[in-house]
Amino acid sequence: MKSFRAFIVKEFFHILRDKRTVLILFGMPVIQMILFGFAIRNEINDARIAILDHAHDARSQEITQKILSSGYFQNVQTLTHDDQIAPAFETGDVKMAVVFEPQFTARLYHEGVANIQLITDATEPNMATTLTAYATSIIRDYSANLNPHALTPIVTEVKMLFNPEMRSVYLFVPGLIALLLMLISALMTSITITREKELGTMEILLVSPLRPIQIIVGKVLPYLLLSLVNTSTVLLLARFVFEVPFRGSYALFYAEALLFIMTALSLGLLISTIARTQQVAMMASLAGLMLPVIILSGFIFPVSSMPVPLQIFSNIVPAKWFLIIVKGIMLKGVGIEYLWKETLVLAGMTLLLMTISARKFKIRLE
Amino acid sequence: MRTIRFILRKEFLQIFRNKGMLPIIFVMPFIQLLILSNAATFDVKNVKFQIVDRDRSDLSRQLIERFTSTHHFILTDMPTNYAQAEGSVLKNEASLIVEIPAFFEKDVITGATAKLQLVINSEDGSTAGVIQSYAAQIIQDFTRQTVPFQPTQGTTQRIEIIARNWYNPELNYKHYMIPGILVALVTMIGLFLSGMNVVREKEIGTIEQINVTPIKKHQFIIGKLLPFLIIGLFELAMGLVIGRLVFDLPMLGGLPLVFGITIIYLILVLGLGLFISTVTETQQQAMFIAWFFMVIFMLMGGLFTPLDSMPLWAQQTMWINPVALFIRILRQVLLKGAPLQDIIPYVSALIGLAFTMFTLAVIRYRKTSD
Repeated sequence: MKSFRAFIVKEFFHILRDKRTVLILFGMPVIQMILFGFAIRNEINDARIAILDHAHDARSQEITQKILSSGYFQNVQTLTHDDQIAPAFETGDVKMAVVFEPQFTARLYHEGVANIQLITDATEPNMATTLTAYATSIIRDYSANLNPHALTPIVTEVKMLFNPEMRSVYLFVPGLIALLLMLISALMTSITITREKELGTMEILLVSPLRPIQIIVGKVLPYLLLSLVNTSTVLLLARFVFEVPFRGSYALFYAEALLFIMTALSLGLLISTIARTQQVAMMASLAGLMLPVIILSGFIFPVSSMPVPLQIFSNIVPAKWFLIIVKGIMLKGVGIEYLWKETLVLAGMTLLLMTISARKFKIRLE
Repeated sequence: MRTIRFILRKEFLQIFRNKGMLPIIFVMPFIQLLILSNAATFDVKNVKFQIVDRDRSDLSRQLIERFTSTHHFILTDMPTNYAQAEGSVLKNEASLIVEIPAFFEKDVITGATAKLQLVINSEDGSTAGVIQSYAAQIIQDFTRQTVPFQPTQGTTQRIEIIARNWYNPELNYKHYMIPGILVALVTMIGLFLSGMNVVREKEIGTIEQINVTPIKKHQFIIGKLLPFLIIGLFELAMGLVIGRLVFDLPMLGGLPLVFGITIIYLILVLGLGLFISTVTETQQQAMFIAWFFMVIFMLMGGLFTPLDSMPLWAQQTMWINPVALFIRILRQVLLKGAPLQDIIPYVSALIGLAFTMFTLAVIRYRKTSD
């Protein structure tokens, strides 16, 4: 036991002595968190649009005013001819063109119907749909005011739960916590053990009186503690810089974070038992984990909209479960009674990964 | 020239001898491209929802029918009280609650206004917005078509909105995502491989051996980077072939243009990798720094979230973000068929960055160990 403790202490100092690595480990998540927290948005403000007004009359100008004063759009080009629409899109500046037909107001009065065309650059489908929806609702509002005597038999009241202002930072901050913990923990473990193998120092460790399991625990433990420190810093940033609410229990949050870090560490462990060189270990944990964690976890894209096979596949991404847990604790303020299923899945994954790596590790010894 | 050829051969041999790396370089990116292109969509489908129907009338049943007949919504339960429905939201069993008030039918028929309540889980704000607009559309259609009479006075004026989606009328999200994911994959492979390469020789100690040989600095650098440039081009070509054959990706622009720009781009990425290699001491450090930049490039690069949504200062970072520039160029050229003159600002920025990065890397790399 004494030599085990000494080994852990040695590993700790080994990491802390390397100033550059320490700076990287603690500094990078903070910088990323701040950068992304301020920059990444889903909402659309001031989208660049072009106006092509063939009518230039009272109504068309009023509607143009309404659209431009909504805050969603800004007019960057005033076109005079249909042929100018395509070039406006092709240089990439304009996202939507609003086209009023000639005699707009006159038609509205005499025929009861007038047309507006909304042409979008649908190479960005999400942007196109959103912009059309925004513009449509502005025009509909305007249109409703044209007929003040029409009655509305049904009105709809909307209540947004947990994030009434629909701020995207509420979604991205929990996602970033999961992304940072996952990649840093998995990467650190996978490298640290492979490194010993590659440099040949593992042989020396193996002839020491320490048992293999102690070697692994000793290697992983410092990183576990480092990850907990990282958890705290990103949590502080989330609370005080980005003002994401924290409605649940801190104790539960830390317990779950610890569990997730262990999942990531054991994944790193597994990678290190398979990989022979640091290069392979790093490529597997970086190039192999980064996009799946971002795309399949629900961090950015809603999992429920994916094709069914991918929804099933996404279940093996640990970050998906942790994300549900973090959002549950932070935004919904729920306790373990709502999160036990996700917790069990993570615990099961950790156990499975650890068992496999322990087996593999022993085989390598013989 | 001869020397370079020898180094090239050595580097290629080293790459191909490493059995662990081969699948990572030549298989993993394509599997990711195939899988992830299908996953990356902002379409909102299969939203789990619950209805609290306090009216239980013909009209309320018709409204429920409206919701369940679209592919956007899946009814998971019809609880008798609101509290129960809210509990399901906490358990992630519903994202939308529709509450139909008592006397809904009677109010509608007698001309009094009936109030429908929509409660939406807005943890994910943008999805919540889409759910709201779908639900509003359903209710609006329902009102227009089903509600027996809509008393109006005088003549009505109506504005007809005609929406057209150019370049991608079916709003196929994959066409938008594939160029982006491809850029991410090519960048990762290029950056990580080159970032680790020189520092690996430092860590293992073989760099000392190379330093005592008569190899010139430029020969060494060319020999080190050329293989990765070739691999990067191969990855992009394969990715485009998959995009074309599997996802029917449009390729309106010229392929020579695409590959010409890719070469510039790869020089930039490999230069960055080499630079990271020279300022670090261990592969671990090199990897962390490469990862640090990669995540920033990707998340700030307009790959997943539109650049236009970012604050202005963040939009400006596009000009120093290779991933952002390259994604932008590829989308313009492949999806819209933009010729070179339309993308000159972005290409110039790329060339400028490539030149700066590569020069820095070469200056920083010394043939001596400190």
